[in-house]
Amino acid sequence: MSTMTSSASVQPAILSIENIYLLIGFVVLFLVVKTLQDKHHPKRLTTALFWGLFGGVFLFGDLSVAYLGESLTYRWVGSFVITIAILAGMGKVSMGSYDVPSDEVQTASARRIGNKLFIPAVLIPIVTVVCTILLKDIQVAGLFVFDQSHVTLAALTLACAIALLVSWKFTGGSPFQALGESRRLVDSIGWAAILPQMLAMLGGVFIVASTGTAIQDLVTLFVSPDNRFMLVVIYCVGMALFTMVMGNAFAAFPVMTAGIAVPFLIQGHGASPAPLVAIGMYSGYCGTLMTPMAANFNIVPAALLDLKDKYQVIKVQIPTALSLLIINILLMYGVIFND
Amino acid sequence: MSELNFLPLSGILVVILGFAFRFNPLLVVTCAGLVTGWAVDLDYLTLLETFGEKFLNSRQLASFLLLLPVIAILERYGLQQHAKSWIASIKGATTARILSVYFVVRECSAALGLINLAGQPQTVRPLLAPMALGAASNMHGDLPKPVRDMISAHAAACDNIAVFFGEDIFIAFGAVLLMDAFLRENGITGIEPLHIGLWAIPTAIAALIVHLFRLARLEAKIRTQIALHAEQNGSSTSNSVAREELA
Repeated sequence: MSTMTSSASVQPAILSIENIYLLIGFVVLFLVVKTLQDKHHPKRLTTALFWGLFGGVFLFGDLSVAYLGESLTYRWVGSFVITIAILAGMGKVSMGSYDVPSDEVQTASARRIGNKLFIPAVLIPIVTVVCTILLKDIQVAGLFVFDQSHVTLAALTLACAIALLVSWKFTGGSPFQALGESRRLVDSIGWAAILPQMLAMLGGVFIVASTGTAIQDLVTLFVSPDNRFMLVVIYCVGMALFTMVMGNAFAAFPVMTAGIAVPFLIQGHGASPAPLVAIGMYSGYCGTLMTPMAANFNIVPAALLDLKDKYQVIKVQIPTALSLLIINILLMYGVIFND
Repeated sequence: MSELNFLPLSGILVVILGFAFRFNPLLVVTCAGLVTGWAVDLDYLTLLETFGEKFLNSRQLASFLLLLPVIAILERYGLQQHAKSWIASIKGATTARILSVYFVVRECSAALGLINLAGQPQTVRPLLAPMALGAASNMHGDLPKPVRDMISAHAAACDNIAVFFGEDIFIAFGAVLLMDAFLRENGITGIEPLHIGLWAIPTAIAALIVHLFRLARLEAKIRTQIALHAEQNGSSTSNSVAREELA
């Protein structure tokens, strides 16, 4: 598997990353229109504004960089982001009203369509992987089909389009109906849909502020930078502990990785980045299983299931979480060093 | 030699406090960015530009939005109902077997990106926990409350563990794209989300083995607990489950 995707020279492609962003922008715009049409929506205007600002970044971001320049674009995007955070922080983003068929109707159509319902869902990863591995170099009329520096995402976009057409055939519901229906899912995810991007942003601010260096200094107080095994232990256990404090591995990841994994393991010892981050994130998930801060997963179910001890779900999870943390440490130590 | 400067860590403190006091995470994260910038004396416009630049450059994180129409249309035509009846049709059910089958199905479907197909409110409470409890009471008759709680807690844990360690295999999941964006931001190129997803597979398999091993011992544990309860049958029994669980 080659990893020779050059990021320096930009080759034109049909499914270029800019076109994918435009497509996402149009999808979000469609949802905004649907939200505005929803007369029973309790927070119609502010919810529409929230998604409208978000979609605007996708529709006009690249255009704005081309015509207004980077500096000005970054300023208005930054202002949009702060507005988005304030809207969410004041609780102005909510679910609307949706026309969902009754359970009986859904059960009936499930019986009618049967296992074919699973096919479009299974097609998405299969098409993505096949395109990424086998078809990444194909060209049509001298243009690459897939963006050469974002092959996986371009392949995913194509896979979604194919899955949408296949589900149209099996269910009879059109792609437009599918787009409208997806508002229910987007709204139920709500502000959380934007959290990964916000955390990436915070990670970027941490880089500018050299937060990683401060953690680096902190780590060098406790462990020698030559001790590979201890560095792996500190990174994995640090991810788990920091996730327990923050309740979210996504939030812990940029900080711990910039502070420990990048300087000591990747730059210091030439560790291989893909397994390093994949196993590092999973070490964070071990922390998620052990903390009441991850309330949705650990405390809410205890209430839903009427458990006497609200920490019982966590207690059941601890043996698995600790075993996997140890396995992650050994696995990471075993696979990231190439020499 | 260099003096230690911990001011850049102030944003982390904001995040910890913000999450502890249950403020909206978007607000917490934005404030943490603002406080960090302020602590290291970035000027206001530079900070605003940093916000915009990083947000714009991590737009690939939103690409999961392209998946939702497919999932939404399948759900409208009964995907959840079909998945439920499919699991319910599995014969020869004991508590451990039901939980094991659910674990395998849940982890595999999460690896295919079907993260919202199940979950604590949608499937664990209405479906999985009742089925696991039903299988146990078929075998043992009425279950004492501590045993019921233990089985229910195991049902909830199954869902969490299976979805957590399955989802990172799926390349359009936020975590994978976050890692991808992070590596690009740090100038580490040549890594595709697919590579990161592939490296999630060993831990996913380990999670499967570890947890199925624990579930295999659950039947014996239920029997021991019930025997213990029948023997004591006093008011002091309720603590024993918690203690046993920690052992």
